[in-house]
Amino acid sequence: MTSELIAGDAAADDRPAVIPAESVIRRDAIGRAAEAVVIPLGALIVSLLLFGVFVAFAGINPLDLYSAMVLGSFGSWFSVQNTLTLASPLVLTALCTALPAQAGLMVIGGEGAFVIGGLAAIAVGLPLSTAAPPALVQLGMAIAGMAAGGAWIAFAGALRHWRGVNETISTLLLTYIGIAVLNHMVEGVMRDPASLNKPATHALPNADMIGNIPGMDVHMGLIYGLIFCVIAYILFFHTTFGFAARMVGGNPRAARLAGLAVGRIVMIVTTLAGAAGGLAGMVEVAAVQGRASATLAAGYGYTGILVAFIARQNPLAVIPVAILFGGINASGGLLQRRLDLPDASVLVLQGIIFVVILASETLFGRFKIFRPKEN
Amino acid sequence: MADVGIGWWGVPLAVAAGAVRAGTPFLFVSLGELLTEKSGRINLGLEGTLVMGAMSGYGTAYLTGSPWLGVLVAGITGSLFGALHAGLCSLPRVNDIAVGIALMLFGTGLAFYLGKPLIQPQAPTLPALHLGWWSSIAAVRDALKINGLFIVGALLAPAIVWLLRSTRWGMIVRMVGDSADAARAMGYSVDWVRLLATMTGGFLAGIGGSFLSLYYPGSWSEGLSSGQGITAVALVIFARWSPMNCFYASLLFGGAGALGPALQSVGIHSGYYLFNAAPYFLTLFIMVLTSSSEHRLSGAPSELSITR
Repeated sequence: MTSELIAGDAAADDRPAVIPAESVIRRDAIGRAAEAVVIPLGALIVSLLLFGVFVAFAGINPLDLYSAMVLGSFGSWFSVQNTLTLASPLVLTALCTALPAQAGLMVIGGEGAFVIGGLAAIAVGLPLSTAAPPALVQLGMAIAGMAAGGAWIAFAGALRHWRGVNETISTLLLTYIGIAVLNHMVEGVMRDPASLNKPATHALPNADMIGNIPGMDVHMGLIYGLIFCVIAYILFFHTTFGFAARMVGGNPRAARLAGLAVGRIVMIVTTLAGAAGGLAGMVEVAAVQGRASATLAAGYGYTGILVAFIARQNPLAVIPVAILFGGINASGGLLQRRLDLPDASVLVLQGIIFVVILASETLFGRFKIFRPKEN
Repeated sequence: MADVGIGWWGVPLAVAAGAVRAGTPFLFVSLGELLTEKSGRINLGLEGTLVMGAMSGYGTAYLTGSPWLGVLVAGITGSLFGALHAGLCSLPRVNDIAVGIALMLFGTGLAFYLGKPLIQPQAPTLPALHLGWWSSIAAVRDALKINGLFIVGALLAPAIVWLLRSTRWGMIVRMVGDSADAARAMGYSVDWVRLLATMTGGFLAGIGGSFLSLYYPGSWSEGLSSGQGITAVALVIFARWSPMNCFYASLLFGGAGALGPALQSVGIHSGYYLFNAAPYFLTLFIMVLTSSSEHRLSGAPSELSITR
């Protein structure tokens, strides 16, 4: 098939051909990419307009809202750093949904992998911190977080493959179980007796905490996330394994008939997804909070689902979308202080965006501008 | 006669009482989800609907002084969310599971936003029927305080069995759920049937939410629902799409949820959180036992995406 495609090169463009020329295929790919950017962007703008109408009911001028949002997210170097800090967990929790989606699984348990990863990280980090140098402590914590998160989501993957248990429901149930385990440990055996009102584990020594990116007030966890995204992108879009995984996602029966080891692919993909979520939890513990407590379950896992959907489950597209949502979260504080909006207004905005983005799915393929002529 | 202490017997009694009390929201949400799924769509957004129902019901009861009006408004709010779900899903290329996740987040966020002023004030709650008047034991009297909504729900289950089996409406819903093409060929609008089924499902889920805020625990807070909505969705699969099984399963899940507080009342504090998560362990365990990778689940509507 390739020889025919190469034969129809750019020079033969004006000649009518049955088989699409390479340039047409390339133009088609560019059109699709443009479509994947323009439609979600349009949906975002529509969502912001709807949110403006929503706050207008609370007696707030939408223009004040937008200016506060821009100011709070990207308006100053301080807020940009805040945005990037808040984007860093989202980059990883989004992968927890995006990677299984490539293989046709809808995993929404990133919050569970996040808290279990954070818990495992502190459980390993505390004993290590008395014996090992900081680099080793952080490595051990990262491995523990990824292993625990990976096992957590892989369990749902195994149930899906071998028992036919729906992974969307099982990962959500596992989230509630994970939060219960976190509370049980934090208020039980792992509790620091000095934490009276808000039970928490002992704190990681300052020297063992993950530091900042040089020259910025943003922790290195962001870099972990970016690396994870790039590796995941290469794995899924430039390797045979990734092709096989996406084939499983496209048509599991065909994949099985083609002799692919579907079970093994599902296990690897769900382990990677959980590892991303677990790493996010580890970063939250080792770079932000310094200890594990009930506040780990702050909803990063849920926002990650939204980020993955807007990025159309593409690991590279996750990065800008996560930064955008880091910005929305960062502006939440300013909305509270300046406009007296409740903290849940950010959740409302996220919900509106999610609904509008899904509704916009129906527009794909409707605009001729993104589709080149057939010949 | 003075109150008699019943010691350890209090645990099974409290679990039985909890089965009725904590099982009621499961019952309403699962019956609503069952109706929706029978029409061939899954609505994962009932978790958000439940929270919206709890908030709007509580707010209405607080403003009007009538908890029953609150229940009604909660149901109407739920059916609006159902309409939103059905409307979005009827667009081409839009996936019902994804819309459900979106509405779960949207409903929760909106309820937290609108419910901010409701955290402090105390609204009038639903009255209970005191069926334990004959007993001198306080724990028994307490356990037999039953809410009218439970009785409504318990009657609703056989009513839905009848509706689906013996009425024209029920048969249309089942046909749409089993073969949309057949329904279309007979001239029924698949989207309209699903819209009505999802709105009815949302109505019931909203009422389930109002039970939480207006009876047990009987106040509004952001931590009011911790996954009862999603557990109820899983419960429908476990119940094999049978309304009577939904009723029994709701009692089972309610009882499992009451285990933690019951053990705490007799002095067992360790593992409180784990016991509280018992319904989720139970759901997962039962899903593992009853699902199969080899064949479709028996009783599942053929059009349902989640079992395909």
